[in-house]
Amino acid sequence: MSGKTLNALLTAGAVVLAGMLLAWANAGLDNYSIRILNLIAINAILAVSLNLIYGFGGMFSLGHAGFMAIGAYTSALLVLGPEQKEMMWMLEDIVWPLSVIQIPFWASLLAGGLAAALFSLVIALPVLRLGGDYLGIATLGFAEIIRVLITNSASVTNGSLGIKGIPPHATLYVNYACLGLALYCVVRLLSSNFGNVIKAVRDDEVAARAMGIDTFRYRVLAFCLGAFFAGIGGALQGNLITTIDPKMFNFLLTFNILMIVVAGGLGSITGSVIGSVIITFMLEWLRFADSPFEALGVTIPGVPGMRMVVFALALLALILYRREGIMGMHEFRWEWLFSRRRKKP
Amino acid sequence: MFLQQFFNALTLGSLYGLIAIGYTMVYGILRLINFAHGDMLMLGAYFVFFGSAIFRLPWGAAVAAAIVAVSFLGVLVDRVAYRPLRAAPRISALISAIAVSFFIESLAVVLFTGLPRPVYQPDWLITPFEVGSSRLIPLTLAVPAVSLALVLALLWVVYRTKPGLAMRGISRDIETTRLLGVRVDRIIAMTFGIGTALAAASGIMWALRYPQIQPYMGVFPGMKAFIAAVFGGIGSIPGAMLGGLCLGFIEIMVIAFFPLLSGYRDAFAFILLVAVLLVRPAGLFGQVQEDKI
Repeated sequence: MSGKTLNALLTAGAVVLAGMLLAWANAGLDNYSIRILNLIAINAILAVSLNLIYGFGGMFSLGHAGFMAIGAYTSALLVLGPEQKEMMWMLEDIVWPLSVIQIPFWASLLAGGLAAALFSLVIALPVLRLGGDYLGIATLGFAEIIRVLITNSASVTNGSLGIKGIPPHATLYVNYACLGLALYCVVRLLSSNFGNVIKAVRDDEVAARAMGIDTFRYRVLAFCLGAFFAGIGGALQGNLITTIDPKMFNFLLTFNILMIVVAGGLGSITGSVIGSVIITFMLEWLRFADSPFEALGVTIPGVPGMRMVVFALALLALILYRREGIMGMHEFRWEWLFSRRRKKP
Repeated sequence: MFLQQFFNALTLGSLYGLIAIGYTMVYGILRLINFAHGDMLMLGAYFVFFGSAIFRLPWGAAVAAAIVAVSFLGVLVDRVAYRPLRAAPRISALISAIAVSFFIESLAVVLFTGLPRPVYQPDWLITPFEVGSSRLIPLTLAVPAVSLALVLALLWVVYRTKPGLAMRGISRDIETTRLLGVRVDRIIAMTFGIGTALAAASGIMWALRYPQIQPYMGVFPGMKAFIAAVFGGIGSIPGAMLGGLCLGFIEIMVIAFFPLLSGYRDAFAFILLVAVLLVRPAGLFGQVQEDKI
């Protein structure tokens, strides 16, 4: 059996195993644990999408919360029933086409991703001509503008009241199916010619251009793809926690995802997945810092907000002492596990 | 009415300008957006509050102590979070800056609580007086005046003293300046000290003008001031001041003439940023830098 078929078989086996684990988790675990598992899947999708933009595309984008907001709002607006929307919009009546439309969940998910991608295309055309940290500030600005827009257009988004009672479609299976699909797409994409080109553009744009590559087009493409998955992630999150409002999609959200990507390793999909497992667990575990606890026989009173202090310190320590993250730029390979000797070409 | 709006805009603009100077100095030297700069503004306002409330300092002494303390913290941030990353890719330092900013904000929430606090305003600063048909308060005149004085002092330091010469040298070419015997790290620490002192000063004035302080008060002014610095041409001190003034006038005047747009106020600055970067990426006073291959 050749190495390639064996790897494919192993991957298929891992997918089946993961499915069985999910079935077991779905039946046997309590709600809180299932919620954490859900969050891990969604965070992994978001981290992979940011990694596509930043780790592989080299574009420092801080606009993820904005794309997520667009995805979440699009999906929520389309998936809710007309009567529900009529009841909820109290500040202003909901505008016409949205007031009658209702589409199935999976379609609304896709629509959320597409809306985010479309929007990212609109902003990519002016903004991606900027380099480095200017791009960061500009995309951060766009995320804030989206928040301002959502707050101020009450006839579409219900303004600052937000949307409540979104049906909880994002179950464990849905989330992990989406994660699987996203991973499959991104991994296939990166191992194709597109992946090589985008990495070349990241490493040396001038050289890539000299090779005749339309660097701008590839950057826009990577940016929009990242935004597409971010939109889907946002839509899933909305459907998981069933309420969304503009305040939710602030910079803190982008910061969390950035932390996952950096912790996992920029330019490593495996790293992003591992990072989201660790960081999601850590964020939940750190809740103990917000409540009273005993250490060395002394009761330390809980301080609300302490969690974020520890979290920020952790990121600082990470960037100062282990910049490359957990995986660096490496990916998981079956060869690692079974230490098969790689043939030299 | 117009005079009132004019001075409101001048006050807001000069505050943006003062904050922008800190960004422009640090960016000019290290090519680093110091995300924690806006939080220094918040710390300045809080330190005055606690100086008066807890240590019973007279108002003037509290202001002086707060500026010194914050400028010390600015140097400390550079030492702990930025200096170890001088040789690293610039994006690493940027992430470090974001982490520092979050750290300061969350720590402020823990230590000062998230509740907004009222600020003491000395009476002589807010007693209104009439000019024609407008009512003005001395504060709206004092803030631009103090800002102008601070900028002039800063320009003197940068263009007429030896450390200023070293600063300008570093912003041109850090390695050559080091070879010429300048203690680069010390000068950079000094730059951080001066920049954060200005941020603290503007934070204190900000709190006087909009008398409520809370741990996240520095975030939006900080981002907008960075935009002002980009608008004026990053690296240029007069440019930062001018960019701040322009931004202040745009924000106040657009809302004065089109009150319907007031909900979108926070978006103006970012639209301005994108427009500037597209038309004139180096800003008003910036020098266009060619990429060497």
